[in-house]
Amino acid sequence: MRYQITHTTEYTYHQSVSLCHNIARLQMRDTPGQLCSASNVAIIPHPDVTNQYEDFFGNKVLYFAIQREHQHLAVTVQSVIEKRNRPSQLMNIYDNVSWEDSKKMTRLPGDDNFEARQYISFTEITRPDADILEYTLESFTPGRSIFDACNDLTRRIFHDFKFDPGFTTVSTPLCVVMKERKGVCQDFAHLAIACIRSVGLAARYISGYLETAPPPGKVKLVGVDASHAWFAVFVPQSGWIEFDPTNNILPANQHITLAWGRDYTDVAPLQGVILSSGPHQLKVSVDVKRLH
Amino acid sequence: MQRFAQDSLFLKLQPVPNAAFLQPMISLTKQNPALEGFINGYHSLEELSGGNTTLEPHWKTFFKSLAQLGHSEILNRSQDMTRFLKENGVTYNIYGDPSGMNRTWNLDIMPYMISKEDWAICEAGLLQRATLFNLILKDIYGAQRLIKEGLLPMEIIYNHPGFIRKCYGINLSGKNNLVIYSADIARSDKGKFWILNDRTQAPSGAGYALENRMAMARIVPELFGGLRVKKLSPHYHDLRKALVEIAPKQKGDPRIVVLTPGPGNETYFEHSFLSSHLGFTLVQGDDLMVNNNCVWLKTLGGLEKVDVILRRVDDEYCDPLELREDSQLGVPGLLQAVRSGNVSIANPLGSSVVENPGLIPFLPAISKFFLSEELKLPTIASWWCGQPKELRYVQDNLHKLVIKRIYRESEKRTSVDATALDIKSLADLRLQIEAHPALYVGQEKVHFSSTPSLVDGKLEPCNALFRSYAVSCNGGYVAMAGGLTRTSNDKDDIVISNQAGGYSKDTWILSSEDQTAINAKKEQDSLQTKSAAYRTDILPSRTAENFFWVGRYAERVLGNARFHRTVMQYVDEANRAFLDNDQILKQSLLISLISYTHTFSELDEDEFEKKLKDPWKVLSELLLDEKKVGSLSFNITHFARSVHGVRDHWSTDTWRVLREMEDAWQNASEVRHRGHYKMLSKVDNLITSMMAFISLNRESISREQGWILLDAGRKTEQCLLLINMLRSTLVFRQDEQVEYIMQEAVLKSSESLVNYRYKYRAHLQLNLVLDLMLLDPNNPRSLLYLLERLKAYVEVLPKSQAGHVLSDQERYALQAYTLLKLANSAELSAPDENSGIYDKLEEFLSNLNVLILGISDAVSKMYFKHAQKQQQLFRTDNL
Repeated sequence: MRYQITHTTEYTYHQSVSLCHNIARLQMRDTPGQLCSASNVAIIPHPDVTNQYEDFFGNKVLYFAIQREHQHLAVTVQSVIEKRNRPSQLMNIYDNVSWEDSKKMTRLPGDDNFEARQYISFTEITRPDADILEYTLESFTPGRSIFDACNDLTRRIFHDFKFDPGFTTVSTPLCVVMKERKGVCQDFAHLAIACIRSVGLAARYISGYLETAPPPGKVKLVGVDASHAWFAVFVPQSGWIEFDPTNNILPANQHITLAWGRDYTDVAPLQGVILSSGPHQLKVSVDVKRLH
Repeated sequence: MQRFAQDSLFLKLQPVPNAAFLQPMISLTKQNPALEGFINGYHSLEELSGGNTTLEPHWKTFFKSLAQLGHSEILNRSQDMTRFLKENGVTYNIYGDPSGMNRTWNLDIMPYMISKEDWAICEAGLLQRATLFNLILKDIYGAQRLIKEGLLPMEIIYNHPGFIRKCYGINLSGKNNLVIYSADIARSDKGKFWILNDRTQAPSGAGYALENRMAMARIVPELFGGLRVKKLSPHYHDLRKALVEIAPKQKGDPRIVVLTPGPGNETYFEHSFLSSHLGFTLVQGDDLMVNNNCVWLKTLGGLEKVDVILRRVDDEYCDPLELREDSQLGVPGLLQAVRSGNVSIANPLGSSVVENPGLIPFLPAISKFFLSEELKLPTIASWWCGQPKELRYVQDNLHKLVIKRIYRESEKRTSVDATALDIKSLADLRLQIEAHPALYVGQEKVHFSSTPSLVDGKLEPCNALFRSYAVSCNGGYVAMAGGLTRTSNDKDDIVISNQAGGYSKDTWILSSEDQTAINAKKEQDSLQTKSAAYRTDILPSRTAENFFWVGRYAERVLGNARFHRTVMQYVDEANRAFLDNDQILKQSLLISLISYTHTFSELDEDEFEKKLKDPWKVLSELLLDEKKVGSLSFNITHFARSVHGVRDHWSTDTWRVLREMEDAWQNASEVRHRGHYKMLSKVDNLITSMMAFISLNRESISREQGWILLDAGRKTEQCLLLINMLRSTLVFRQDEQVEYIMQEAVLKSSESLVNYRYKYRAHLQLNLVLDLMLLDPNNPRSLLYLLERLKAYVEVLPKSQAGHVLSDQERYALQAYTLLKLANSAELSAPDENSGIYDKLEEFLSNLNVLILGISDAVSKMYFKHAQKQQQLFRTDNL
């Protein structure tokens, strides 16, 4: 299956800006189930400096700077990707290993799980507390298989929490999300990750896109999609298994991976610093189109 | 949010065992009666020198010199020392306490001595440790063998916020990544050395060590007699060399800057002192910018490329684009410039990850792995709680241990002496460890030895520990032959802290060779002489702005003080002379003063009327109320702030004048109730000090751009003040007698009365007063004279456009100059019969005011480029 994704970010400044530095993580990485066959970045005005490199997590990073007066910035990234059924998403015998054994195996020294082990440590925004641990242990009962436990956690987050755009911001701490039981995909992914790390397992944050279906009988509108986030848990001998707590599903062909990291701060799609004291406005549009 | 603490000099020591204090010490004072004055009866010299049963030879020599000087002389010298440090502006800032800013540094006349043999052990250990930490740092940001091969648990690195993943794979262009290593070292009561803390991010103290040595060599050169103390100066050459070595692309003469968080930082004195000693430019984050993947310094003359940054800003604050977004202390895009290999930072960003007590238990194995060597200086027995067995041990023995976190969290102590905790605090600590065991290390509590210190004129044994330094050199390291020693001033106090008012000591490393030893006089000279080649001719735009404002505030304080004085004299005289209209006169003078200083603008008419009834109350508020914008105290505070912003540019004499001025003004408010005469004399003294400050600068600041900016600031302010004074005194028509006194007041406070009498030999007349104060090209107080100077300054400042195009400031200056040249004092002094004001004069002055403010704004806009605000763009969320 092939998709074309168009992601446009526009900033409008009230006063002209003489210098801006930006970091974009908007070009898709390849994964075992996904291959990016084309990627085109258009930046207006044309940047004076660009640096491209891969970050510590293997995501594609584009730094760019505009070093002359401008009042408007538009970044459009158009990518074509191909999805395949990936072996790790198929059920695997190791997925039935108990989460405790899985934890022990992940922690064994050696190169095998080295890359995954860094995702065990909590981060500032996925710091677990007693409430989170208690919530986790309802799903992570002794001896339960790691797959079942994560699947149950995903289901409970989906049922216990209300999807409420506008309630949280990037900086809303998890304890507020826990207390109010509301949030968006980013919060749910962070919560699940904090839960999984609180029992010593490796979990990572995935940012990407989700193909949305139009309401029955309607034509799909361009630009109504949004960027999405979910999480993956590491199972030794098997690999990373993804879960989407916002929709209570196992991500498959409709989930398109952009980047991954320990949490949102590792994968923020676009960030920047400008020299200006005036206000600015932001407009984002995302379009996921299926190519046949 | 600004966070200043980066490398606090907070340290922790254990108390001296008490038993040692009881020894009588009769025999020693018998041998050395001159020492009696130093001994308080409880101690022996052996005990003072660290519990050794026999006095080491260097202490014998030292005590002989001490005895020769005598007790009372030493007390005199101690006072000289305090004065010297104060006059040199040596300070250590205390947080959270406004009066603690710029607190004077404490230096004990008694040095901390390390014998040649001891130093050999200590130095070898320090160099080995630097080598080892460099390898660990390289491994963490490279191959990660330590983690992969199980020598280091991953959590110790991955849970540490100092592990900056964005710095992975970045190497410096020299052979070592760790350029400066520093350690806090203490001696145990058995005489062994222990390393207590490793400092790898932005170690502080090397500047204070230098200042301490300079002070000792200057104040008590006799004490060095008979001892071969190693020179300190080579360290600063080594540091310079190490920084040149890491310059990108092996550039021969790299531009090196010292990046400071700013004057609010606790060790700002040192940043400024070191940069000026080494000939580097001292900069703050917004003095720099990233353009085309390079770092540039914004200077008066344009952008200058920066090759090496010696940073004193914590790494996470260095780049708001990729690291902490809320940092105002960094340079957006800095990491891109680092990644592109166009700038080198010492120590590199990310190096704070090895400032990590979690490493300590694993160091012996790591040393064998990398160096095939045992550790030369032992580490204190430590247990990392991330392992179940170690965790159990720490929890079971908590009350016997010192607990350290693997990283510092703002405002939380990293180290807790659990032996001093009560049961409840122990239980809390136990829970904290239980919640995040990987973040804690338990350490055995070790007892340390003491050293003789002068406390209240008597020798006392005090806990001491010293910080020494190693810098990278040709792929290896060289150590500083010295360090910064700190002591706690209470022998039972276990915390050594500069914040709490501890003392520092000069650290003497003894040598057997003459050529490496100092000659007190020579060392003083060699430390003080800055190599001519190190001098830098460029002026960062922030420094330029500070100079400009020092000039403006100096004149503002001076002008306000003079006008104040004049008004106070009249109000005082009026009280005695029973003039017919003394009430009107007093009120007019007060209104002029208020309008001149732009104070009380917020009051309504009724309140204002009421205020004027009590002139002395108003006067003392205008003088002393520091919170009132425009008051004399307010302006003095702002003056002092600008002066401190360019602190390395003032001479020692200038500092003395400034200190005296600050001290004298600080107790001015105490004399406010002791009569007008006292107040007047305080204002007189202030004026004299400010005049001294201004004329000292004329002689000591090199006549380059800095001076031009300072004097341009003065001239700008003088022009504005004069215009303002004339507008607040002379433009209103009043009773003839009042007008006369107003004219006299203008001349008096401009110190032009004598000049007037000499020139016109007539009674005061408005047109003649205006002639003298506005248009006379030979009167150095006239507006024309001042403006001619200002115009000349703006013409010599660096230009951005080539050729004949005038800059904004040049155009305004020319307009103002022409306006003045074409003016006619007779026309200006013709009143408007209807409005009751001299309207032509008012219009004329108002136009000039706009033009001169225009000059000031244009200069700011063109030259003070760091003033641009930086902000984060909204980030896009995942939904």
